Amino acid sequence: MPRNHPSLWHPPRLSTRFVAVWLRNLLVWRKLALPSLVGNIAEPLIWLVAFGYGMGALVGTVAVPLPGGQTQTVPYLVFLASGSLCMSAMNAATFEALYSAFSRMHVQKTWDGILNAPVTLDDIVLAEMLWAAFKALFTVTVILGVMLALGISHSPKLALAWLVLGLTGVTFASLALIFNALAKGYDFFTYYFTLFLTPMMFVSGVFFPREQLPEWVQTASAALPLTHAVQLVRPLFLDRWPTDAALHLAALAGTAVVAFWLALALTRRRFAG
Amino acid sequence: MQTDLFQVEGLGKRYGGRPVVEDLSFSIGTGECVGLLGPNGAGKTTTLRMALGLIPPDAGRIRILGHTMPADAATIKARLGVVAQFDTLDPDFTCAENLLVYGRYFGLRGAALRPRIAELLEFAALAHKANARPGELSGGMRRRLSLARALVNDPDLLLLDEPTTGLDPQARHLMWERLQRLLQQGKSILLTTHFMDEAERLCHRLVIIDHGRKIAEGAPRELIAQHLEPEVVEVYAEQGADAAAVHTLLGPAVGALAQRIETSGETVFFYTQDARPLLAQLSQRPRLRMLHRPANLEDLFLKLTGRQIRSEG
Repeated sequence: MPRNHPSLWHPPRLSTRFVAVWLRNLLVWRKLALPSLVGNIAEPLIWLVAFGYGMGALVGTVAVPLPGGQTQTVPYLVFLASGSLCMSAMNAATFEALYSAFSRMHVQKTWDGILNAPVTLDDIVLAEMLWAAFKALFTVTVILGVMLALGISHSPKLALAWLVLGLTGVTFASLALIFNALAKGYDFFTYYFTLFLTPMMFVSGVFFPREQLPEWVQTASAALPLTHAVQLVRPLFLDRWPTDAALHLAALAGTAVVAFWLALALTRRRFAG
Repeated sequence: MQTDLFQVEGLGKRYGGRPVVEDLSFSIGTGECVGLLGPNGAGKTTTLRMALGLIPPDAGRIRILGHTMPADAATIKARLGVVAQFDTLDPDFTCAENLLVYGRYFGLRGAALRPRIAELLEFAALAHKANARPGELSGGMRRRLSLARALVNDPDLLLLDEPTTGLDPQARHLMWERLQRLLQQGKSILLTTHFMDEAERLCHRLVIIDHGRKIAEGAPRELIAQHLEPEVVEVYAEQGADAAAVHTLLGPAVGALAQRIETSGETVFFYTQDARPLLAQLSQRPRLRMLHRPANLEDLFLKLTGRQIRSEG
């Protein structure tokens, strides 16, 4: 390696200019907010109503395990609502950090324009990550508001759940940016959705308890970030304290750090050509 | 010439073992416009990308405004303006918003920026389009908006990568006029272009590169005088015939009146110190189509880099 080639894995070189990039995305979004609101918020709510009330009538109640081997019986709608919040955070962050970030990076060449100013690539990747996490947080905030209005939950611990959902947004935004850095076109993202996100949705306890799954699937799903998010948010939603909270938080945060670092390295490689 | 604003020394870059830029050295002084010319794939854009710190050089060093690239990239870029080959304007923003958002990347804030934005739109002849989006602008307007955006931080040095490619003559002339104005204000420019008339009009000095290496450097008129005979007579073949027919028709005696003869397609170029004897001979053939003109930068460029088409780049 010649002397002045820094490693792709060097620590992030950040400046406060990432705020300007984040503000740029906010300004665009403010102009296009209405259609994106429909996609981000109306759709999860339609799912919730359709499945919650429709399936809820069939399923009735679900037993949620409590610490010490006991269980709490909750209406299916409440069970689903807590899980679907996590799913909405995941989806909102992922869509933004895949399709929208890719449009800015590859199609519109917005990043190339920004790189001619005193802003580093690391600043841009950080801004995109935080922006996607913000959109996830915005989405779950509105959905939470609707749930509160519908009386699905009154737990004061929802404030903590809100923070966990923000972290969930950070984690999934970072993961998605890895695939953004590797993508040659939009088609590539189908793999990520079909092979990773969709199966994860079904094994992480969003729609039904993980305990119903075969043993080996349970073991595998225990490592997935969405599982950790659900394990934290659902008890808080029911006004209880989650078990192994520190472990789940560490898993989410750890995944976010590793994924962000990997996304940075791969994005640097993409732009070094 | 004042102290060098921009200096590259022994610059080198390889891709997969293949040299793209090799041992390239040149500099730009304050208020100077330097043209970086070369065929497609000659290494122009790679050189600009290294100057911007977007890719690290494999060899050599880059000093800009007293700092080293890429180590002091942020400090240097704060005082650079860049117009890239392809527009990177934000399609969702109006012209004014494009400038506002870009100014923020330089740490400039709304209140200080607003009068500057009005000034820049005025300069770019876009004051009436402040609230239009780039998609509603003509190609020339978009390029001028890109130029205005590059000026948002009041840079000392502008890097312009083919700023007039794809523009109609009116739009090109307006762009040239604006660039001349910037030079009069004391700004310095590094320009790449494929238009030799543009290079001749704007550039004080040219650096011609091919296959990543510098092959000539100097003021446009000096380079022409140094490398070329001063006069050119172009003779065109009859419709449907090729240049060989011209040679046959004129015979070797006429050819001997030129110092150098080049052939391209249906045209024969006679390069000569004095065209009068040649013109006298040719005038005996009144039906011959021809053009007598002084040698220009295009002749120089083609002599130095050849007439074959480059597929790469």
